[in-house]
Amino acid sequence: MLLWRIRTLNWNACLWQLSMDARVKPAHDEWNSAWARVDCAQIAASKPLTENRMPEAPTELSVSLWRGGVEGRYETYRVPRRDSQTVLDVVTYVQRHIDPTLSYRFACRVGMCGSCAMTVNGRPRWTCRTHVAKVAGSGRLEIGPLANLPVIKDLATDMAPFFEKWREAKGAFAPSRTRADAIPRIRPDSPARLAADAAVECINCGVCYAACDTVRWNAAYLGPAALNRAWTLINDERDAGNVARLQAVAATGGCHACHSHQSCQEHCPLSLNPTASIAGLKRRTALAYLKGELKP
Amino acid sequence: MNVRLYVWQRATAALMVPLVAVHVAIIFYATRQDLSAADILARTRGSIVWGAYYGLFVAAVSIHAAIGVRNVLAEWSPLSERHAGRLGLLFGLVLAALGARAVLAVVL
Repeated sequence: MLLWRIRTLNWNACLWQLSMDARVKPAHDEWNSAWARVDCAQIAASKPLTENRMPEAPTELSVSLWRGGVEGRYETYRVPRRDSQTVLDVVTYVQRHIDPTLSYRFACRVGMCGSCAMTVNGRPRWTCRTHVAKVAGSGRLEIGPLANLPVIKDLATDMAPFFEKWREAKGAFAPSRTRADAIPRIRPDSPARLAADAAVECINCGVCYAACDTVRWNAAYLGPAALNRAWTLINDERDAGNVARLQAVAATGGCHACHSHQSCQEHCPLSLNPTASIAGLKRRTALAYLKGELKP
Repeated sequence: MNVRLYVWQRATAALMVPLVAVHVAIIFYATRQDLSAADILARTRGSIVWGAYYGLFVAAVSIHAAIGVRNVLAEWSPLSERHAGRLGLLFGLVLAALGARAVLAVVL
């Protein structure tokens, strides 16, 4: 159910975004016009003049955006530099003011939905929470679709393989009780709950999947997000699907394919540690194998 | 790599940690004491302990390296998992044969 909801959320976001080409909602008209009223020259003029002031920040960004599908190319646009500007703001500006055919995906803009991840200056990032000031000190941005996923068009990737692997890793909760049973009491400080809590905040943005070297060279590898999800469920005392889940993550392409490069941990926008989750899966599956509970 | 190969590779790696340490210590001892080949062979010939020690070492290396080569081939070459596994097995058998030959030469 959760998987279905996430996929629906992503696709709703995509469809809503594509529909913006034809009709712009009033709220965004207002937002854009307010944005347009802020003139770069006014920002520069409003700063106090001192003899030892810092160098002026660039008033314009040079933004290269991936256009087309797999066989596309980067095209460069000039975008006004704003205070507190995010990378998603930059992409939105291009679509609203320069080229309405630009396709990309976003929904919440506040780092909750995981829809807007893109490759920004060579690194996968969530664009709605990435400030331009942090990644474009030189005034240049290169924004492309996420790596390791098929490109649909421009900055939008097909997330289907990502969620399919999530499903292969048995990432859906398997209830052990019915609604007629009493709600189980889970101690918040139990080791299993602490392990689940450490990994459960994943928003499925796909940043770890795009950053993973093993995903790039091993098509069968389930990837850090799916394995991280499996680890949260294995530590969920209410879940009843752990036999099948351990079997799934212990197979070829499962947790043992991970090389522990820790790119997932390095790039995760929520500072989660999928590498630690995968290490937990390795220990758990090895123990189950030695006990004869797993048949590879 | 599946869980069975993972366990075998990690187990043989753990086994090799003390084996390598002792092997390196033996090399230092032999060179510092200026032992000749004849001196070494005098100690190893007919020794069940040295035969078992280096026999175990060769077995661990053969298994560990075979799984490693199989994984490299599966990930970095166009070979399928099955063919990579067969080549890895062949590599392990060659290592085992060469190692067993060397052990037998100094023990028998």
